[in-house]
Amino acid sequence: MMVNPADPTLSSALADATARALAEAEIRLPPDVLAALRRAAAAERDEIARRELGNILENIALAEERQVPICQDTGVPVVYLTLPPDIAFSPALFEGVREGVRRATAAIPLRPNVVDPLTRENTGDNTGPGMPAVHVTPGDRLTVTVLPKGAGSENVSRIGMLLPSQAKEIPRFVAETMLLAGGKPCPPVILGVGIGGTFDMAAALAKEALLLPVDTMDDYEQELCDAVNALGIGPMGLGGDTTALAVKVKRAACHTASLPVAVNVQCWACRRATVEVER
Amino acid sequence: MNLKTPLGDEVLDLRAGDTVTLSGTIYTARDEAHLRMMEEGIPFDPEGAVVYHCGPVVQDGRLVVAGPTTSARMNAITGFLIDAGVRALVGKGGMGPEVVERLRGRGVYLALTGGCAALAADRMSLSGVYFEDLGMAEAVWVIQIDNLPLTVGIDAHGGDLFRAVREKAKTQFHQRFNIR
Repeated sequence: MMVNPADPTLSSALADATARALAEAEIRLPPDVLAALRRAAAAERDEIARRELGNILENIALAEERQVPICQDTGVPVVYLTLPPDIAFSPALFEGVREGVRRATAAIPLRPNVVDPLTRENTGDNTGPGMPAVHVTPGDRLTVTVLPKGAGSENVSRIGMLLPSQAKEIPRFVAETMLLAGGKPCPPVILGVGIGGTFDMAAALAKEALLLPVDTMDDYEQELCDAVNALGIGPMGLGGDTTALAVKVKRAACHTASLPVAVNVQCWACRRATVEVER
Repeated sequence: MNLKTPLGDEVLDLRAGDTVTLSGTIYTARDEAHLRMMEEGIPFDPEGAVVYHCGPVVQDGRLVVAGPTTSARMNAITGFLIDAGVRALVGKGGMGPEVVERLRGRGVYLALTGGCAALAADRMSLSGVYFEDLGMAEAVWVIQIDNLPLTVGIDAHGGDLFRAVREKAKTQFHQRFNIR
């Protein structure tokens, strides 16, 4: 039987799950990201860089111990839902997510970051017209994944409408993005790269790539990662071996005359969590 | 070196790359606070003061977490603070050439590890606020700090660790991708 779209129970359960996912993401770094930071700290040769990575690891431990957010830029929540066939695609889903964001903002607490783009008036609860962004895909279970995204790294993200003949230029475009960004996005970064699709799809793929585990890279991702690390920007732009912890790529088919490439820059605090909605 | 506010000529001895700790009083300020201070004046004594680029999370008068924000956003709106006697800026990511020049013979830029909001708050306590109407992130919070660990990013002699790293990165980039 299809669940009633106006079902207040579903909305409330989704709100709970969203708030729980946000608390998990904001306070505790995913194990794959933590492991990548530890590996980087062990391998780093630059003294200042080692100190910076040491501060980061100490900060992660303190946040978990005190149950406080890892970073004061608690970001804007980007939300991904998987929807099983027996649940209707309805406004109740979006309202549930929004309610979860409001609850998490007051409870954790999160910094209210969402403002009107022109008047800059703050809504106070991290929701607003069109925010949070909610992406829905079909699945076996009802799950909510949150990716709180900070502005320092989002602000230096880039998209390029490359020419079809420029596929070999992609590593240069990716490295150039970090060259221009320097220390601004709080390196060591994780780069989500979207290749193909359309202008908007490349950006969406780049963001989705940030949901992928960072403990493995294929040869192409490794090539991109090596090109970025060769820059020597280092943690916080103070120099060192560790500029990127990982580069993750997602691809889609595209127009024969296009090659969209998007690079979504993510600071070291690659916060993400998935919670299954209890029904 | 262990620095204590208000700062004086001791900051002139620092060199880019040095490690310091800072104790005393700091004032947070981001984009909106800078604009307000330019309009209405600086609400604290700027002589020897330290400005912290930070928008903390505050709950019930308590600092929950308070790491640094990207300083470069304030490049074009920072000069008046240094002219008024501010001796140090604390933030992340470094600042532009106009700020490096303005700091010459006067003050320093101190880098705090970005994202380390719990670590920073561990050494801080809240003691006041100005311009609270600007909201949690943009208000000027008065914070007492105890031995905050910092790296001198820009010194008072034109030394800029961030620029040195950027220039090296540019050379590497040009070599790797055969750009002339």
